[in-house]
Amino acid sequence: MKTFDYSRADSPEAAVQGGAVGNTRFIAGGTNLLDLMKLQIETPERIVDISRLDLNEVEEGEDGGLRIGAMVPNADLAANPLVTARYPVLSRALLAGASGQLRNKASTGGNFLQRTRCYYFYDTAVPCNKREPGSGCPAKDGFNRIHAILGTSDDCIASHPSDMAVAMRALDAVLVTLKPDGDRRRISIHDLYRLPGDTPQIETVLEAGELITHVELPPPPVGKQSYRKVRDRASYAFALVSVAAIVAVDDGRITNASLAFGGIGPMPWREDAVEKALIGQVPGDAAFNAAADILLADAKGFGSNDFKIPLARRTLIAVLRELTGDAA
Amino acid sequence: MAWERKVGKAMHFTINGKNYDADPDIRTSLLDLLREHLNLTGSKKGCDHGQCGACTVLVNGRRINSCLTLAVMHQDDEITTIEGIGTPDNLAPLQAAFVKHDGFQCGYCTPGQICSATGMLNEAKQGWPSHVSERLEGDVELTDDEIRERMSGNLCRCSAYPNIVDAIREVAEEPA
Repeated sequence: MKTFDYSRADSPEAAVQGGAVGNTRFIAGGTNLLDLMKLQIETPERIVDISRLDLNEVEEGEDGGLRIGAMVPNADLAANPLVTARYPVLSRALLAGASGQLRNKASTGGNFLQRTRCYYFYDTAVPCNKREPGSGCPAKDGFNRIHAILGTSDDCIASHPSDMAVAMRALDAVLVTLKPDGDRRRISIHDLYRLPGDTPQIETVLEAGELITHVELPPPPVGKQSYRKVRDRASYAFALVSVAAIVAVDDGRITNASLAFGGIGPMPWREDAVEKALIGQVPGDAAFNAAADILLADAKGFGSNDFKIPLARRTLIAVLRELTGDAA
Repeated sequence: MAWERKVGKAMHFTINGKNYDADPDIRTSLLDLLREHLNLTGSKKGCDHGQCGACTVLVNGRRINSCLTLAVMHQDDEITTIEGIGTPDNLAPLQAAFVKHDGFQCGYCTPGQICSATGMLNEAKQGWPSHVSERLEGDVELTDDEIRERMSGNLCRCSAYPNIVDAIREVAEEPA
């Protein structure tokens, strides 16, 4: 690990002041950042410790939604009674990720910003455009079993590893941030992430020193909620494909659908056209397959991840069958 | 704001109810602090990347991977290691159960397993659900599936898993 200067922030304002200087990273849980620092994939010159900031509350919003402090550990968020009762898809996604120890440490804000698990990103002996811009992407013609099938570019085919963020995307989460100049802004999760294009090293729209302080959820959408994750082990493994789904059926027709996908894109994936195709339809495999056709119209495999294309279809259909129950 | 590097001034820690001073490099993980600076070598280093759980300790009663956190971040915390859970003359119930059920072969993962199980039993008592829980709310019944899921962050390369589950189940079933 490269050495660094360390400072513990006692307020969000102090944190963003410290975070605005050069090559500085915030540390909250540290479960991803320190892992990457040990491998010298991340080499910050300064670390601002934000783990003691008073951002640990989960509160009901005036609109019937939820306001979650960015330092709330994943374990606490998953077990929070407001979340288990009203946003079970979020609890389920959190509980499907990592291990008990990691969930006790990893923060809500940090979970959004996890780096990819691409093998080549992790191997500093080989090129990687995300780690060393312009050096190349060995994953395209290499081992790419865990890589993305949607939203990839010539420069990067890495997938986003988070489970939590997939549920957050299905729930239309909004991130509240504080910038070094004192401005606050609200960023929809739909605008947070960037496609890799030819700058895969830039993963979000967050600016230097910009700190996530809260996550806001609107009132839960109408419908039943589920998170279905397919992975190589039954526990403690990243998703090959996952689906966060909220679906409502009324009078034999689908009236609401919110669907986000993990493991298949460089960001938690969501496409309005997939949901629109389901609204008004009679639940059943014909409608479900039509939705999957739209989702996967532009899907592209790279060899060892080709299986994700049929797997994403089957996982989507399975979760839609589950949520539409007898109506299907 | 104030920045620290090779601080040159002591860091203060509370571990197993005792006070410790140390002057480690700023990069030192909590695990390396325990093992290399304070001679508390019960916590083990397996992967050093949060994948194996051998380094599990309790911080303010919660189980974490001590390899994936910086010592400097934990100066105001109550840290409990395997040395603080029981002694050879006075085994904690989980330790006695691991002996009784032969919940290990080489023993390298055992301190982490026991610290993790200590934290896990407390989580279950608080009603925290798991990935395999049918319901997200209500009391937790620690079935074997629940124990396995909740302990999935602790690997045992000797594969003593069935006996580890037996040991933890026995303690979980004891009246509080």
